Amino acid sequence: MSYAAPAGRGVPPLPAESRVRSGRGGDAIFRVLLTVFGVAVIVLVAAIACVLTGAAMPAIRRFGPAFLWTSRWDPVHNIFGALPFVFGTVASSALALLVAVPISLGVAVYLVEIAPPRTSIALSFIIELLAAIPSVILGLWGIFVLAPWVRSAVEPVLSAVLGWLPLFSGPQYGIGLLAAGIILAIMIIPIVSSVSRDVLRAVPAEQREAMYALGATRWEVISRAVVPYGRIGIIGAVILGLGRALGETMAVTMVIGNRPQISTSLFQPAYTIAAVLANEFSEATSDLYLSALIEMALVLFAVSLIVNALARWLVARATSHARAAR
Amino acid sequence: MAGGACDLPRAGGAVIVLGRQSARRRVTDRVMGWVCLAAILVAVAPLASVLGYIVIQGASALNWAFFTHLPAPVGEPGGGMANAILGTLTLIGLAACVGVPVGILGGLFLAEAGDGRLGWWIRFTADVLNGLPSIVVGVFVYALVVVPMHRFSALAGGLALGVMMIPLVVRTTEEMVRLVPSSLREASLALGIRWWVTSLRIVLRTATAGVITGIMLAVARIGGETAPLLFTAFNNQFWQAGLDQPISSLTVQLFTYSIAPYDDWHRQAWAAALVLMAITLLLNVAARAAGRQRFTMGGR
Repeated sequence: MSYAAPAGRGVPPLPAESRVRSGRGGDAIFRVLLTVFGVAVIVLVAAIACVLTGAAMPAIRRFGPAFLWTSRWDPVHNIFGALPFVFGTVASSALALLVAVPISLGVAVYLVEIAPPRTSIALSFIIELLAAIPSVILGLWGIFVLAPWVRSAVEPVLSAVLGWLPLFSGPQYGIGLLAAGIILAIMIIPIVSSVSRDVLRAVPAEQREAMYALGATRWEVISRAVVPYGRIGIIGAVILGLGRALGETMAVTMVIGNRPQISTSLFQPAYTIAAVLANEFSEATSDLYLSALIEMALVLFAVSLIVNALARWLVARATSHARAAR
Repeated sequence: MAGGACDLPRAGGAVIVLGRQSARRRVTDRVMGWVCLAAILVAVAPLASVLGYIVIQGASALNWAFFTHLPAPVGEPGGGMANAILGTLTLIGLAACVGVPVGILGGLFLAEAGDGRLGWWIRFTADVLNGLPSIVVGVFVYALVVVPMHRFSALAGGLALGVMMIPLVVRTTEEMVRLVPSSLREASLALGIRWWVTSLRIVLRTATAGVITGIMLAVARIGGETAPLLFTAFNNQFWQAGLDQPISSLTVQLFTYSIAPYDDWHRQAWAAALVLMAITLLLNVAARAAGRQRFTMGGR
């Protein structure tokens, strides 16, 4: 009787039912909330694309696609061509890849195939610390340590040995394309080597064991079985590094010399898209000038979108392929 | 792709032709091992050089005034970067207001409901945002906030850094939440606790240490950013006047001082580099220590 009465009044079922209903409501609200914040990331990237395109429109209408391959940059007469900056960006990034890719590959191979596990963990940590150095600090070091070293030790040697090439001729400033390429290489080595390391680590052990069973040396295993197997992922890692190099701003601005010219010599100063944004953006006097600068930011955005999509696709293909084979 | 199937016979064929390990092959093996070791040394050398110079040059320039005084006018010796230190902290605080909630809830979405096509797109755009040159984020915030407000402001700078923080927090939150054993979630659901309560009070709470680690790493990264602040927060040689006014930061101040032609400013730049590097390293090492603890707990 004492507990039949509440049951008869229907008290116990009621809270349960209402809890279910309100609970479902809570779940639905929570799901919507989470979805909104998840979708916010997509909206943000779309907003960046729209805002940049909108703000770049005056320059796009005025100069058309020729903006990218004319080389007169003349804020006084409102004539803007981005070629010197495109050249500087591409040249400094290419140079960075040339220096960084062999080193990063060596690092990745050593970490995965040669070093004992404990050493490998410690070295990975140290190399990732390199990525944690703020860009502006590397730039400071570039101005006062790297550039003088390049001028006094690297450029004289290069011009003495390879001076007959236009690439290594002309006056030696220290500050210039070569210094920018070196500092970019330092900045992308951590990402290229750590992604390559993950790719090599995903190569199935059978691949190595089969080669060893055939009597191969360790180097033959690495160069013929492991690295070729991971080549797609390694290409992805290199493209990821390229993406970083193309958009890197502070350290490059501080050592590249900031002169909008196209020169065949690596010793000469140059200018990159990111650097001209950093230097001229807050001083842009006319609307068209500002719009031209924003168009260059839009170019960087588009390039980084393509590069990231490509690299992501390649790395995912390499690692999931290996996972399936395992 | 039939990489595995077609690589092996080709590689194997070459090896069989070579037969027993000749001296030449053994020497090549040894030498290439050294080459890889050399690559490690070349990669680590700049780190050693940067840290060495920062410590030597920075320590000799660092003094108490650096932390307590405003920048001195050109030509006057002394002065400090007290305003820039406070400015960097303010900007990080503002950035966290944007980056932490969006990042955590977005990451929770990916972990809890992100296996479909929408999840793929969110992950993809988060990666794009993460790889976006920071200067582009600066240009975006300039067009979005600075142009309508007609002035540089701390708010704009904080927003730029906050945007950069979002993808970092999203991805670490997702990873950490996915590490939470599903038995915990199932036990909670089996007790009749609602999904949303389970998600927030059981799953996210269990992952708290990992999520905080991710936030620390994100703060270390954005605290060292300069490019997105150049034309959003701008710079300021005095104490900050308000959130809608230009604000100084350690990084922008470091940049300004290092490209100026004054020796005294260069010394201050090295001191700023030492302080910034110390904070960055401390955050990284602390986050890594916390992260390792978290992983061993998950592994048990």
